Amino acid sequence: MTANWQGNGGLVAATVLGLALLLALPQIVDPVMMIELTSYVIMAILALSLGLIWGYGGILCFGQSAFFGIGAYAYAIAVINFGDSTIPLLLSIVVPGLFAALLGYFLFYARITDVYFGVITLTVTLILYKVMGATSGSQYVIGVAPLGGYNGIPAVPPLNLPGRPDAALSFDGLFYLSGLMLLAVYVGLRLMLKSRFGQVVVAIRENERRAELLGYDARFYKLVTFAIGGAIAGLAGCLFANWGMFISPDVFGLAQSAQVIIWVIVGGTGTLLGPIVGCFAIQWVATKLGAQQLLNANLVLGTILIGFVLLVPKGVVPTVSDALRRLKFRPYVATLVEQRRVP
Amino acid sequence: MIEVKNLHSGYGRIPILHGINFTMKPGEVVGILGHNGMGKTTLLRTLVGQIKTTQGRIEFDGRDVTFASSSERARAGIGYVPQGRDIFPLLSVVENLKMGEIMRGGESAIPEMLGHFPVLKDLLERPGRGLSGGQQQILALARCLAGRPKLILLDEPTEGIQPSIVDLIAEKLGELKVTLGLGIILVEQDIRFIRQLADRVLIIQKGAFVAEISPDQLYDRETVDAHLGI
Repeated sequence: MTANWQGNGGLVAATVLGLALLLALPQIVDPVMMIELTSYVIMAILALSLGLIWGYGGILCFGQSAFFGIGAYAYAIAVINFGDSTIPLLLSIVVPGLFAALLGYFLFYARITDVYFGVITLTVTLILYKVMGATSGSQYVIGVAPLGGYNGIPAVPPLNLPGRPDAALSFDGLFYLSGLMLLAVYVGLRLMLKSRFGQVVVAIRENERRAELLGYDARFYKLVTFAIGGAIAGLAGCLFANWGMFISPDVFGLAQSAQVIIWVIVGGTGTLLGPIVGCFAIQWVATKLGAQQLLNANLVLGTILIGFVLLVPKGVVPTVSDALRRLKFRPYVATLVEQRRVP
Repeated sequence: MIEVKNLHSGYGRIPILHGINFTMKPGEVVGILGHNGMGKTTLLRTLVGQIKTTQGRIEFDGRDVTFASSSERARAGIGYVPQGRDIFPLLSVVENLKMGEIMRGGESAIPEMLGHFPVLKDLLERPGRGLSGGQQQILALARCLAGRPKLILLDEPTEGIQPSIVDLIAEKLGELKVTLGLGIILVEQDIRFIRQLADRVLIIQKGAFVAEISPDQLYDRETVDAHLGI
């Protein structure tokens, strides 16, 4: 497996590094950048969800933002109704997870794969965009939460300590929570991929027919992977609704769907670190480009994507890993070559 | 062990198998011989559920598996080593073996497999794609056996393999047939290998069995010419 060389030592090191960054960044980064960083961290969770189902499950989903948006809306609607955020937080994970399971059931068990799967998931996202956009009238209310059409739901109450709606999370608190969630998702997925379940998921990606002939129901394993990916995207959606204290149908838009795929392509599929790196890098570049007038941001981002697809098709992390591995073995290869030269 | 009655199947609207009938007992090795395009691989793929049965019935261990999925048949105890081996190229040898045994659960079969095929011991961490053809064939066979099947279907296991490995495979399969009562359906072009292993040989022509001969008859040039034209 691609990530095997890292082993458990790598996982511990990654966890320690993640925790250190989480504690250090607020001390060294200015408050405005912290706001940006928090959104990067949240989006990195979304990127990880696609990294799992595409990079490891081999499921090309063009509509990962659907689960992200459902999670955000589930949280916003529930927290406005309940006041306390404990159940809404759980709902923001469970509802998109179940939605992914339902959608996945019909697609996987109908043996819909590859580009058809991508097209259907993208269509679902765009349908959700239209549906939520059409809820602008006062009659579109769930409990006491107005859906607001394209204007969205403003003033989404923040997360609070369980059972204490008065103890709301501060902005710094949201950064720490998002960082911990990113770390927890990363570690959880690494452990999952090392488990027997994870091995089967990877084997199905490698050769679905062969895995079935060994007794594994590929449809079931793909369904579970897809549902886990949906739940993780939902968690990111909940944190995103907290970050902006606002949610609108834009989360289901084409731009949102496309950028998740770009993050994973740039960072590299088949790794968990890749989607995180790709997400941080592209968002940072987008932020910097947005702050200047000289170049069109979309043009530059488009050029970067084309450049990566053509020049670094495996993505940043797998390419760097391969290069490091080659460097590691270079002295050994050089010795062998030298030995062969000796008459 | 397996009973196949009037089996028909094909690719889309193109019928390939036209009423295959045969039965097998545990521990029996049945060789299937025939020219290319006669339906040998189609028969194996139909038996493992990769191609839909259009007519007929497949009963395995007293259970009707005609319309069971590939994974259900594998769990019931039908193993398949296809032509080209189909190992997982990015998984290591040990991960490939684990994939075979995970399906069955219980005690690990890997030590047993390494006992049968010691050549794999030094290759455990090597990715599947880094193995030679012969090593891949041994791995594919070991992975299939790690699932402890009752019946295995082998599609041209000697194709492109050096003679010493062919002999090793024949020896191990012969042993397992006796010790585990393993049933084997063997599709093979190598007559020597079939003679070494099979209890009886079925000749397939145009999607149907046309004759049953003993392996000893394969030494007879006239019989071979009559059935296979080679």
